[in-house]
Amino acid sequence: MTEFTLSRRQMFARSLALGITLEFAGTQVFADPLAAKRKLVVIICRGGQDGLSVSPPVGDGAYAGLRGPIAIPGFGQAGGALKLDETFGLHPALSASYALAQKGEARIAPAIATPDRERSHFEAQDVLENGGTVAYGATSGWLNRALGVMGPRSGVKAISVAATAPLILRGPVETASWSPGGGAEPDHRLPGILQDLYAHDPVLGPALATGLATQGMAKAASAMVNSEMVAETPAADMMNPAATPAGAPRQGTAEARKLGLTLAAFMTAPDGKQVAAVSVENFDTHANQGSSQGQLATRLAYLDAFIDGLHTGLGPAWADTVVVTATEFGRTARVNGTRGTDHGTASTALVLGGALRRGGIIGDWPTLKTASLFENRDTAPTLDMRGLFKGVLRDHLGVDRAALDTVVFPGSATIAPVANITA
Amino acid sequence: MAYDKDLLSAIAVTRLGLGAKGGEIAQTAADPQGWLMAQIRPQGADLFRADMPPAAERFRQYREIQLARREAKAGDAAATPSGVPDSVQQIRRLIRQDAGADILSRLQLAASTDAAFRERWALFWANHFTVSGVKAVTANLIGPFEQEAIRPRVFGRFEDLLVASSSHPAMLLYLDQAQSVGPNSPAAFRANRNGRRLGLNENLAREIMELHTVGVEAGYTQADVTEFARAMTGWGVGGVREGEGEAGRTIFRDAAHEPGSRTIMGRRYGEGGYEQSRAVMRDLAASPYTARHLATKIARHFVADDPPPGLTARLTQAYLDSRGDLSVVARSLITAPETWAPQAQKFKTPYEFMVSSWRAAGTSPEDIARIAPVMASMGQRAFAAPSPKGWPDDTASWAAPDGIVKRMAWSESFATQAAGERDPVVLAQNALGARLSPLAVKTIARAETRAEGLSILLMSPEFQRR
Repeated sequence: MTEFTLSRRQMFARSLALGITLEFAGTQVFADPLAAKRKLVVIICRGGQDGLSVSPPVGDGAYAGLRGPIAIPGFGQAGGALKLDETFGLHPALSASYALAQKGEARIAPAIATPDRERSHFEAQDVLENGGTVAYGATSGWLNRALGVMGPRSGVKAISVAATAPLILRGPVETASWSPGGGAEPDHRLPGILQDLYAHDPVLGPALATGLATQGMAKAASAMVNSEMVAETPAADMMNPAATPAGAPRQGTAEARKLGLTLAAFMTAPDGKQVAAVSVENFDTHANQGSSQGQLATRLAYLDAFIDGLHTGLGPAWADTVVVTATEFGRTARVNGTRGTDHGTASTALVLGGALRRGGIIGDWPTLKTASLFENRDTAPTLDMRGLFKGVLRDHLGVDRAALDTVVFPGSATIAPVANITA
Repeated sequence: MAYDKDLLSAIAVTRLGLGAKGGEIAQTAADPQGWLMAQIRPQGADLFRADMPPAAERFRQYREIQLARREAKAGDAAATPSGVPDSVQQIRRLIRQDAGADILSRLQLAASTDAAFRERWALFWANHFTVSGVKAVTANLIGPFEQEAIRPRVFGRFEDLLVASSSHPAMLLYLDQAQSVGPNSPAAFRANRNGRRLGLNENLAREIMELHTVGVEAGYTQADVTEFARAMTGWGVGGVREGEGEAGRTIFRDAAHEPGSRTIMGRRYGEGGYEQSRAVMRDLAASPYTARHLATKIARHFVADDPPPGLTARLTQAYLDSRGDLSVVARSLITAPETWAPQAQKFKTPYEFMVSSWRAAGTSPEDIARIAPVMASMGQRAFAAPSPKGWPDDTASWAAPDGIVKRMAWSESFATQAAGERDPVVLAQNALGARLSPLAVKTIARAETRAEGLSILLMSPEFQRR
């Protein structure tokens, strides 16, 4: 097999499969015994995810006009938005997330943004992950610092499907990473020899030790997931995913679902991880982004399948879980000249999990009236993303407010944690 | 330079080159700087594939798939069990083979070249002007892009490199410029009459400013990006309308160009069709911000994640004094004392790691179908950088636990095939010269098999760094 992908769909599926990164951290790091079971998954959607398609405000009078050919049709129409309230729906590709929303286990923050206003992917992702207000302002990520203030680290491990480490979990608390594919043979001599050779290497020593420790766990998790997948997937699909009939899950979603199941297996293992960060890439839809179907729909179906796998795999532990999706910025309110959208400002965060408190949208909706648009261009931000993260860290994981204001999100005392997200 | 000569030659070959082939460090020892200088040449970097068809031909191949698909949709879509007609599958296979052959040739050049500094310099610029194969339309264009736009110009003027990259079909397609139309252009009006909406796409304009030239430090605004995007309208790739002769070639559609003058970063550019964006690029290339941005990236790539300020300043000055002559910048890098710091501070990317392994073992990759998945597993899928920013160039990105485990697994299987009857300690001395530590020598010497010794060498801290 070679790595060159041809159809757009295959291309997306594969690049996404490569682009998903799971990072795990934290075992028994919680001071509060009540919080000891609680789990948090942060999914970073890279490329600037179009919030107006994730949670289309089809009830906003300006929406259809601004969006033209890429507008998601209204409630009840063919390919229409899945209704959340009178204004908002979810994209039809987010069907599993919608099922959760109907149980009160998924909500949206439809006008959320980081403090960055530069519309640069790389700066904005940096700010999203470093937890500050300026790009390149810190070399550690806020989730790593949150672990740091929660308690002394013990046996922290991580897993990365893309083999590279995202900023959000980089920092003083050691994290682990894992990706599928060839690993170390446990009975070989080389790992032991290298551990000795790396004894005084500050980078390679800890990295190899963590990598090896995660391997054993990964094997167990994969074995578990594989047996579950065989049990619940019709044999024909396993053999030939391309043969799936029209209307059945899109190509690549099986992989995404498996990744979700694998992450769940890691999190529910006896010494499982409580906190994880995941990256999903390729949301930069400058041209031909599509509506109910198309480029963006394929990406969202992938995201949805991952969430579905995670939800299924966590089983009863879902009740103790919060999942947040976040992107570096939203996209322009108006469709551009190439049936896509350019870099914008506010976007949508999905907040999901059995630990959620039932409720409406998180934050205010500024509307899409021309006068309301940010710089006559983008959805205006009404909620600082740090407020959402702070709310989740405080109420779900019991992180102290003062530490949130100064260490996790430095200089953010004026940004209040969003209240009442979790039950 | 006060360091000992053996160390200097080891640094030249491993840090600025692509890792030592057998005997390379010894041959370089007489004059490490001269060895590097001699690799700079006006005609640019080596082409890795002499018989590569031009981008236009590759583009036509891609278009055939689209046509075949459209026909299949109209006709008997269920012709084969997978629902994909044979004709489409055949062309797909062809494209996959083409891209695979390109990558293999590039790896083979790196594994064997005697001018490894020149090759590293070319790889740096290819990454600076990233076109990624994650888009279907660019999947088979990366090779032609590099050979046509980048490699001939890496020791020329940066401005020429910038223009060649920005106007190559691969870049125009990758960053959506090919579809961007001036909202007040004749083409847009014509389309509007027919009920189609055409307009601006600012993707390439933004990335030229942010990634390729001045960088965000320059403090440009959204208005500057939009204005530059307007100036860029007209650049496109020939399609059906232009006829077979122009298909897949760069064209400038006057009818799609936004009329009027533009103001970008405080400077006014009069109406002038293609000349307008050309003038903007000229100014971007001449900007001190660009000089500093490029100098920082070069210093980071060649010397340290956190580049020595002295080196960055030196390279900036060389760029400005020479009006962006990249051969002068390369010479300045070679003569700078910071370049020769004894401590190896760069952690190899997977690509660099594999290439240096082949060079150390005196072998060359043969089967792309086996290598491509390995590269992907280490986090660096060939010709498929995750974004226009290209591959990261820092230890924190590459030294993740999983990445190290993947390197170890490959070292083991590679060494089993490559070790042969050679003494791994000798291979280590050839590969690292004066950079080889006594601890590594001792560990390699204690190996149970030659293959184990070679895999220890490849995984040693000094081999993983440069």
